[in-house]
Amino acid sequence: MATRRSTVERTTRASRVGAVLGALLLAGLIALPLTGEAGLMRMVVELIALLVLAQMWNLLAGYAGLVSIGQQAYLGLGGYALIVLADDLGVNPFLAVPLAGVAAAVFAILTASIVFQFRGGYFAVGTWAVAEVYRLLVANTPALGRGTGRTLKAVFPLARETRELVTYALALAVGVAAMAAVYVYLRSRQGVGLMAVRDSEPASESLGVDIYLTKLQVYLISAFGTGITGALIYLNLLRISPDAAFSINWTAYTIFIVVIGGLGTLEGPIVGTLVFFLLRELLADYGAWYMILLGALAVVTMMRYPQGVWGLIAERWEIHVFPVRRRVRL
Amino acid sequence: MGWLDAVVQGILLGGLYALFATGLSLIFGVMRLVNLAHGDFSILAAFLAVVAVRALDLNPLLALLLVVPVMAAVGYGLQRLVLNRLLGRGILPAVLVTFGFSVIIQNGLLQTFSADSQRLNPGGIETASLALGGGLAVGWFSLLTFALAVVLLVALQLLIGRTAIGRAFRATSDDGETAELMGIDNRRLYGLAMGLSLAVVAIAGIVLGIRTTFTFASGPDRLLFAFEAVIIGGLGSLWGTLVGGVILGVAQTVGAKLSPGWGVLTGHLVFLTVLLLRPSGLFTTSRRVD
Amino acid sequence: MSLLAVRDLSAFYGDFQALFGVSLEATEGETVAVIGANGAGKTTFLRTVAGAQPVARGAVRFGGESVGGRPPHALVDLGIVLVPEGRKIFPSLSVRENLQIGAFRRRAGPWTLERVYRLFPILGERRDQPGTNLSGGEQQMLAIGRGLMANPRLLLVDEISLGLAPVIVKQLYEVLAGIRREGTTLLVVEQDVSQVLTVADHVYCFRKGTVSLAGAPSRLSRAEISAAYFGA
Repeated sequence: MATRRSTVERTTRASRVGAVLGALLLAGLIALPLTGEAGLMRMVVELIALLVLAQMWNLLAGYAGLVSIGQQAYLGLGGYALIVLADDLGVNPFLAVPLAGVAAAVFAILTASIVFQFRGGYFAVGTWAVAEVYRLLVANTPALGRGTGRTLKAVFPLARETRELVTYALALAVGVAAMAAVYVYLRSRQGVGLMAVRDSEPASESLGVDIYLTKLQVYLISAFGTGITGALIYLNLLRISPDAAFSINWTAYTIFIVVIGGLGTLEGPIVGTLVFFLLRELLADYGAWYMILLGALAVVTMMRYPQGVWGLIAERWEIHVFPVRRRVRL
Repeated sequence: MGWLDAVVQGILLGGLYALFATGLSLIFGVMRLVNLAHGDFSILAAFLAVVAVRALDLNPLLALLLVVPVMAAVGYGLQRLVLNRLLGRGILPAVLVTFGFSVIIQNGLLQTFSADSQRLNPGGIETASLALGGGLAVGWFSLLTFALAVVLLVALQLLIGRTAIGRAFRATSDDGETAELMGIDNRRLYGLAMGLSLAVVAIAGIVLGIRTTFTFASGPDRLLFAFEAVIIGGLGSLWGTLVGGVILGVAQTVGAKLSPGWGVLTGHLVFLTVLLLRPSGLFTTSRRVD
Repeated sequence: MSLLAVRDLSAFYGDFQALFGVSLEATEGETVAVIGANGAGKTTFLRTVAGAQPVARGAVRFGGESVGGRPPHALVDLGIVLVPEGRKIFPSLSVRENLQIGAFRRRAGPWTLERVYRLFPILGERRDQPGTNLSGGEQQMLAIGRGLMANPRLLLVDEISLGLAPVIVKQLYEVLAGIRREGTTLLVVEQDVSQVLTVADHVYCFRKGTVSLAGAPSRLSRAEISAAYFGA
């Protein structure tokens, strides 16, 4: 029996096209500050923040199967870590952003020891309960400004344009880094292990995948990313309060973005973020109807089209811009 | 309010929390579903009671008689039309869909009633109090609500322990597939469970709405309290749930006495402590390994 | 009159095809045995007839009606009752409640709690204990009693001898013989060939998801059965 050499393919045509388009987009974003459109820059920062939050939640729920509705804890902790590091400890505020991520990850270790005792639906509620504890603890701490919160003062010496420019650059860097990190992780050995756990816990366990460690790893990565995003958001907004920073709304937006865009894919959150923004601009005058529509869309999507918008596109046209699978070409 | 007062108030509050908890653990037991909109449904019931009181000039406790069947029907309908379709697809769809319900209900209430605080007024009973001696006085209404909670818990206990439907709930909880082989139509059963859950939570929601103010956003807290009472008390025992609710209630009222902002937080901290020390709860009788 | 007529039934166990075009018939009042080695598809067959698993291809007719694909509770209404493999006693229910749940559909018929207690006195003695407190043999009696409470027309019995001492198995088969005398149609899946052949009017041997042999026990030789069971 003759054997032909079969090759393992890791890229697709769509991914090569996507890489080119992505590079063009990135170039465009880098050039944006030259136009002086500060409002647009702020919007991009917001968009990137939501995208990164979505990617982090997607990693957790779509790939690790951990449905957390308490990730807002890390957003808030990241935001407050920024203030404490920059204002109280004199760290450069821009440097404090990644450090805030580390702080969030540390709290994540603590949180995991509590919530990993639960599974499924009770895990979800448990994460929410812990997020509430963090919120209330912060709201009762005088040094953190209690219920009224605090303002980031460390950036005051900077000219507004400089601050906005550096924040923007930081956001771009975080956005690119997050996408790259998630992509690389999923294509790595740990990533394959993760997808195996998602597909079948017993099977992956029998193949030597340490389920607990794998899940913990993902939980920490997600917290880290979410913490950095929280710091970024409040670097942009400058004013933080517990009710805003630890609000369940962050998780609501994240979940809707991921579900509507496409859970368990890398492209999904991108599509979802765009849909979210579009809807927000269109329905800006309609107050709570916007959230009602979002909620209804998420429910319908989950019921009829669980693959999400991107999932439908990918199925129909077999496109994978971020291929994380390996195909065997015989 | 003296310390003993705070404890007594906590106990009485605990009865209501036990009702919230029972509604949650019933559906979790029967169909492994955690309804993230659990608290929001109780707020919805309270708002419906507000409407009934305004439109029909009713006493809130009478409005209860109107609202509870409506909520039961809503529960049955939602389960059969929406949630039953998510069965067998793992927990993610159910968590996300009930979360979606939570957002829809909260924002729907916000849109309809604005962010104003609401309170149901039962006209008089609630401020009258009963002297228990030793300088301790307990509101009649608080006592009534506790009695109501206990009566409901007893009724539920009888339903689950002595009726065919109750056996069906327990059997389905144990082994859904074999229960089906016994002839139990689990789609209908799940609908009944959800209907019952929302009925119980509607009663608790309306009663709590007489005791304290509420807004469109008060739902999630109630979900958390229900969850905490379940965990503290342990699975499988209605009386364990009552004790769990009482412990939570007392922690909250005593904590609030220590410092106004610390009420709910103290409850959370007690919950976390019980979780870390005795993860299976204080009174687990469940033979199942969950 | 053919009570149960299965034609060309194919069924899957997850992704794995367990039955490949199986045909089987049982006349009212008959006792049909289904024998075969582990993994031959016997349990999948019973579960498909009981509605616990979907019919991929083929037909199941009961009393002349086509019933394939109906949910289990609808089939219990018609009198198709399964005593599942592994007993599957409900731990949260007492012995009596386990029996009561068997009667959930309230089908008319001769079986009542009292009658089951007469048949299995130990169940009467232990009626208020949790169902799973019983020994293996007692749980099997409870499972059979639970099935009887549904007043079945067709009782599907899945591997009652599993894990039980031979003397208990013998007792259980005496009970089955008694039920048979009442006129109930029985479809008995069993690995222990010698026991089941003592009660069967007809036997089907399954091998790898197909029927490898069918006939009346009196007309089949040991050698034939063995060959069909293990494969020549």
